Amino acid sequence: MADPMRIRAQASGDKAVVRVLMSHEMETGQRKDSAGKTIPAWHIIDVTATHNGKQVLSAEWGPSVSKNPFLQFTIKGAKAGDKVAVTWKDNRGETRTDEATVS
Amino acid sequence: MQNRRETLKQSLAVAGLLGATGLFPQYALAFSKAAFDAKTIADAVKAYGASAPVESKDVTLTAPDIAENGAVVPLAASSTLAGVKSILLLVEKNPNALSAKFDVSDAIEPNVATRVKMGQTSDVYAVVVTADGKAHYAKKEVKVTLGGCGG
Repeated sequence: MADPMRIRAQASGDKAVVRVLMSHEMETGQRKDSAGKTIPAWHIIDVTATHNGKQVLSAEWGPSVSKNPFLQFTIKGAKAGDKVAVTWKDNRGETRTDEATVS
Repeated sequence: MQNRRETLKQSLAVAGLLGATGLFPQYALAFSKAAFDAKTIADAVKAYGASAPVESKDVTLTAPDIAENGAVVPLAASSTLAGVKSILLLVEKNPNALSAKFDVSDAIEPNVATRVKMGQTSDVYAVVVTADGKAHYAKKEVKVTLGGCGG
């Protein structure tokens, strides 16, 4: 099972800036190991974010997103105490959801 | 100063990159493999069926001038346009041009940031698609000292 994400959601005024750090290898499928064999691609393909249960953002990622991906976005009308959840899914079918509270 | 020919060329390039995403009519799958598989602009142009994107001041791409480490290049795209539907980040000279596509809802600001890998010095494009199907882009060259795609 993958390691948890680190999510920080900070309210400023009537919006909240959400920063997410995911823990994922993000293997491109371009690299070769020492034996010359291609390392198969293994990367996050799908990311969704919800605000109090309502989906606000979805993203599709290719293998060229960096290892341990970082994502930042801004939710309008979010206030302290609101729940922000982020889910990712990778091309091996693994998925992980983590939740944070806006502060 | 850009002349018309260069502008046209760039439009075509971005059209190609966009085509790679298979964005418009045939865009149905949750993860569009074809979009992320497109390797060259020529391949992409074939798949493209919408109007060419135009360079726009309303799209802002924030990227470093020089990236010391191509494995971690911070990119941020934002827009002041109304009705933004999706934001795409593309790296022209990567093996697969499209890096990420964000579908933006009304509840968030059209402003996203992430980090991408770059194999070599290349132009980076941020393409913003609005609800009326028009595409706008901003581009910036990022010089890469150490590539992040080899191994």
